[in-house]
Amino acid sequence: MSLSFQFAHSLPEIIIALGALFLLMLGAFGAGKRDWIITEVAIVILGVALLSMFYPVDGKALVWNGAFVDDAFARFMKMLALGGALVSLVLSREFMAREEIDFFEFPVLILLATLGMSMLISANGLIALYVGLELMSLALYVIAAFHRDNLRASEAGLKYFALGALSSGMLLYGSSLIYGFTGTVNFPELAVALQGTPPLGAVFGLVFILAGLAFKMSMVPFHMWTPDVYEGAPTPVTAFFASAAKMAAVAITVRIVITAFPGIKLQWQQIVMFISILSMIVGAFGALWQTNIKRLMAYSSIGHMGFAMVGLAAGSENGVAGVLIYLAIYLVMTLGTFATILSMRVGNQYVENIGDLAGLSRNNGLMAFAVAMMMFSLSGIPPLAGFFAKYYVFAAAINAGLYWLAVIGMLASTVAAFYYLRVVKIVYFDPPARPFERAAIEVRGVMTICLIVVVIFGAIASPLVDAAGAAARSLVWY
Amino acid sequence: MSVAAAFFYLFSAVMIASAFMVIAARNPVHSVLFLILAFVNASGLFILLGAEFLAMILVVVYVGAVAVLFLFVVMMLDVDFAVLKKGMLQYAPVAAIIGVIVVIELALVVGGWTAKPGAAPKAASNLSNTEALGRVLYTQYAYFFQAAGMILLTAMIGAIVLTLHHKPGVKRQVIADQNARDRKEAVELKKVPSRTGI
Repeated sequence: MSLSFQFAHSLPEIIIALGALFLLMLGAFGAGKRDWIITEVAIVILGVALLSMFYPVDGKALVWNGAFVDDAFARFMKMLALGGALVSLVLSREFMAREEIDFFEFPVLILLATLGMSMLISANGLIALYVGLELMSLALYVIAAFHRDNLRASEAGLKYFALGALSSGMLLYGSSLIYGFTGTVNFPELAVALQGTPPLGAVFGLVFILAGLAFKMSMVPFHMWTPDVYEGAPTPVTAFFASAAKMAAVAITVRIVITAFPGIKLQWQQIVMFISILSMIVGAFGALWQTNIKRLMAYSSIGHMGFAMVGLAAGSENGVAGVLIYLAIYLVMTLGTFATILSMRVGNQYVENIGDLAGLSRNNGLMAFAVAMMMFSLSGIPPLAGFFAKYYVFAAAINAGLYWLAVIGMLASTVAAFYYLRVVKIVYFDPPARPFERAAIEVRGVMTICLIVVVIFGAIASPLVDAAGAAARSLVWY
Repeated sequence: MSVAAAFFYLFSAVMIASAFMVIAARNPVHSVLFLILAFVNASGLFILLGAEFLAMILVVVYVGAVAVLFLFVVMMLDVDFAVLKKGMLQYAPVAAIIGVIVVIELALVVGGWTAKPGAAPKAASNLSNTEALGRVLYTQYAYFFQAAGMILLTAMIGAIVLTLHHKPGVKRQVIADQNARDRKEAVELKKVPSRTGI
C-alpha cells in the first residue's frame, strides 16, 4: 500500500493536523497574544479540508494498517462535522472579540478537536476509536472553560472534564472486556468473532462501550452534564458542542454497532431503544420550565439525539440513512438557532434569556422570522426541514415493526412542540423588550443561509437523501 | 542457586521491604524515597526477565518524573501525614477484608493458569525488545503514535491556556535587547565640574 494512497484517503485529517501545527507556530511567534488573523486562516484550512473530500478516490479503502477506514459514510459524516466546525468558527469571531477572549489558541483547539472528530468518524477499531475520542474530548474540555475568568465557564469545563473522564473509563473498561472475550479490537474482525451465541462478557463490554458513547452524545441517562455545560460555556463553543461534536459521536456509534456488532444486534437494539426513548422523554419534559435559551437548546439537543437514534434502533439500511438525514438537518437547524442566539446583544452585553426575545417581531422582522422558522422546524412542523428529518427516522422504525417506538417518539415530539411554540409566541405576541444591537455580517449571513435551507428543504432534499442512502449502503453492505 | 535467582530474591526482598516502608515511614519525604527504591528494584526485576525496555521506561518515567514530582508536592505542600494516619487502625478491618479478597482472587488466577492450547513459546530472535518495539511503533502503529502525539500536544496547549496568566507591568529580561546594547548607548560620559555636583 503506497504512501500516496494512504495520504489520498486521509487527506482532510492531514490538512487539519498540519494546519493546526502551522497556526500554533503562527500564534506563538506571530503578533501578540490576541487573535490576529488566526481565526480566518483556520476557517480557510477547514474549508480546504472540506473541499479535499471531493478529491475523487474510489469506494471504500482501509489505510494505516487497517486502523482508518475511508468510505462514503465517513465522508458524509466528516462533511457534516467539518461544516459544523467551520460555521462555529465563523460565528465565534465577533463574540470572542467582544468578550475579549479571542486568544489564538481557540481556533487551534477547534482544529485539534475537529481532527479528533474526523479520526473518530473514520475509526475502524477500538484503539483508533479511543485515540480519536480522547483528542476530541481533551480539546473540548479546554474550550468549554476557555473563558477562564468567568466562574460559570470554569465550572462547565470542570464538570465536563470530571464526567468525561468517567465516561472514558467506562468506554475503556468495555473495550477491555470485548478484547478479552474476542481477542481482537478491529471492527470487521469483531463482527466475525461475535457470530452465533455471544459470550456474556462481550455483551457486558458492549453495554459499557455504548454507555461511554451515550455520554458523548449526551443521551439519557448520561445527559446530566449537558444543560450546565451548554449554559456555562461561551456561546460559540456551545454551538460547536451541539453541532460538530454531536455529529462525530453519533457517527462512531452508528459505525460500531453496524460494522462491529451485527452478530449481537438483538442486544444493542434494546440498549439503543432504551436510551432513545428516555432521551426523547427527558428532552421534551426537561425543557418545559427553562428560561435560559442555551439550557433550552441543551434539552432540545438531548431530545433530538433521541429522535435520531430511533433510526438506528430500526437497524436497517433505511434506518441508518434516516439517522444521517436527521443529523444533516439537525446541524443546519442548530447552527441557525445559535446564529440567532449570538445576535442577542443589548448594549454591549450578550443576553440569553428567552424573555429578552419578547416582541422581537416589531424590532427586527428578519430575525424574528428566523427564530420562528427554526423553532417550527425543531418541533417538526411541515413543510420545514425538521419534519423531513423526523419523517425518515419514523418511517424506518415503522418499516422495522417498531410501532410503539414511533408512537412514543411522536408523543414526545408533541410535548416538545409546546416549548418551541412558546418561544414563537414570545417573539410575536409579547410586548417588545429592548431592541438588540445589529449583529456582525457573518452572523447574519449564517442565519439567513440556515433560514433559507430550512424553509426550502423540501425542494432540495433529493441530493441529500441520495447521498445519505449511498453512505448507509457503504456501511452496511460491503 | 544461580546468579539470576540470587538477584531475583535480592530485588524482590528489597522491593517488598521498601514498599512496606512507603506506608510505614513517619517522614513523608522518606516515604517518597522508599517509593523510588521500590521502582528501581522493580526495574531490576524487569531486566532479569529480559524486558529491558520496560525497565528503562520504569526508571525514566516513574523515578525520573512521577516520583520526583511527588517529592516536590510533599516538600512544597504542608500535608500533615500524622493527621492523615490517625484513623488508620479504625479502617483496618475493612482493609483486611479487601486484602483477603484480593489474595483469594490472586490465588484463583494463579491456580487456574494454563497456557492456551496451541500457544507456542516465543521464537528466539536476535532483536532486543527495544528494537522490536521500534520496528512496529513507527510502521505498523504509526497512526496511533501520531494520534497520541496530537493528544499530548492538545493537553499541553490546554494546560497553558487555562493557567498561564500574563501579568502586565512585570519586568522581564529581554536578552536580544541586552545583547544589542553597545558601549555608546550604555555609557554616558559626564563632565562634572569640581565642587558643584551634578
